[in-house]
Amino acid sequence: MFTDMFVKLWDNHLFLWGIWQTVYMTVISTVFAYVLGLPLGIVLSVTDKDGIRPMRAVNRVLGIIINAFRSVPFIILMVALLPVAKLIVGTSIGNKAVIVTLVVGAAPFVARMVESSIKEVDKGVIEAAEAMGTPSFKIITKVLIPEAKPSLITGAVISMVTILGYSAMAATLGGTGLGQVAIVYGHQRFNQDVIWFAALLCILIVQVIQEVGMRIVHKSDKRITN
Amino acid sequence: MIELKDLSKTYISASGNVEALRDINLTINDGEIFGIIGLSGAGKSTLVRCINLLERPTAGQVIIDGKDLTAMNRPELLQMRRSISMIFQGFNLLEQRSVLRNVTFPLEVAGVKKAAARAKAQELLKVVGLEDKAAAYPAQLSGGQKQRVAIARALATDPRYLLCDEATSALDPTTTQSILALLKEINRTMGVTIVVITHEMRVIDQICDRVAVIDRSRIAEIGAVSQVFTNPQSAIARELILPGTASAQEFTPGGQRLRLAFNGDTTRAPVVASLIMECQVPLNIVSADIREIDDKVYGQMLIELPNDSAQTDRALAWLNERGIAYSKEV
Repeated sequence: MFTDMFVKLWDNHLFLWGIWQTVYMTVISTVFAYVLGLPLGIVLSVTDKDGIRPMRAVNRVLGIIINAFRSVPFIILMVALLPVAKLIVGTSIGNKAVIVTLVVGAAPFVARMVESSIKEVDKGVIEAAEAMGTPSFKIITKVLIPEAKPSLITGAVISMVTILGYSAMAATLGGTGLGQVAIVYGHQRFNQDVIWFAALLCILIVQVIQEVGMRIVHKSDKRITN
Repeated sequence: MIELKDLSKTYISASGNVEALRDINLTINDGEIFGIIGLSGAGKSTLVRCINLLERPTAGQVIIDGKDLTAMNRPELLQMRRSISMIFQGFNLLEQRSVLRNVTFPLEVAGVKKAAARAKAQELLKVVGLEDKAAAYPAQLSGGQKQRVAIARALATDPRYLLCDEATSALDPTTTQSILALLKEINRTMGVTIVVITHEMRVIDQICDRVAVIDRSRIAEIGAVSQVFTNPQSAIARELILPGTASAQEFTPGGQRLRLAFNGDTTRAPVVASLIMECQVPLNIVSADIREIDDKVYGQMLIELPNDSAQTDRALAWLNERGIAYSKEV
């Protein structure tokens, strides 16, 4: 029923290894994408014309840069960023290089997710904080981020799923994970069952991320009373 | 003391300039409850936001306790705002913070130690009657309770002034009563000067000492509430006190229309009945209202005389003779 390759991969726990590699890369990349994207998203929303510190020039320039990165298909961006990866982690192949490209590729997406979450915060609450004499930085740390928290977590779940999808392309750069299993052992050696099983595992991982994420959101959102 | 001097605010937009406020001159004394009333769009919300400079006036000065806010730099202004608190129609509580932590918020911003802030917040929750809700979240509270939390939060920094922007407009009549009573109590016991923005005359006559009537970006009239109520000078004040003048015109195509004002003494006398019987004038009552200001009963009534000059003259002469205040309506 299964191909020899499938059995071999199964016996050597290569699917488990793939899952681990994919999850590991996705998590690390998401964390770093937020290290870059969260401040960028906050700057975008704060400097917007309806933000707490409107700065037209900053907002426009940042917006254009972020849009530029988001316009390039990830597979091309990844190849284009190889020299950058070499500069940062010293190599342009393998997981380290892949993580660099994932972070740079996902950060602009994360910035837009964060921006839209922050913009959802009720204007009245911000006005109340301003009326109390709250400085802008404290409005960000004590009002915008805490009030947007459930929405930010929802955004993080979506970002993580997107990054997981990107990470499957890592195989092209010699990265490991379920993408590599599917492409190298499945596609290139004509083992359909390996491809389908790798895809199924990706689906399961996404389901788990989504389910756990939404539980965290539900628990953390104080607007939900039950 | 809050002094607004030659205050104007114009919103500039691509589709044309909108003049929200024009030449506003106003003095609000320490310890009073000052009302600002007007219809929607009259400029009253902009006016109250100019007091703490949430909106920066295009021209004029805002002077509070002798200090010109329009001349302050940002840190000075932020510091000043701690003595001018504000509550809102939409309550504007932090939804992700507990009731207690909403009240400690302004204290955190002011750099007060955590333990001291919590103690102060507990004390204020007692003042507004919500000491048992400290651990609850805003989503679990009713509208009236939310506004009480907002009031406790507004009082946390021991402000000298409290600005209320349509603070009871989202509440039902009973809850409105209790919130107004609470505001009055805060004014009396803590000496906080309160500025009330509203479109409801009921709010004004319930708690305010003085009132400014604002109409189309300008102050139409200003004075003690009892004075404005018994003897409104502007058309807009008359309309706010006893609405329906405009709409009533449509269904009664009769004669001269009079607005009678009763002060404390004449309110209980059967004026209309006497007028009908003694002058033999059949009249229509278009609308009427009675209210209590400072324990005195005031009333206003809009009546319509028949389309007959002899009868009209007779009625007017009778009113003059009795010294009952009236004004002719068109």
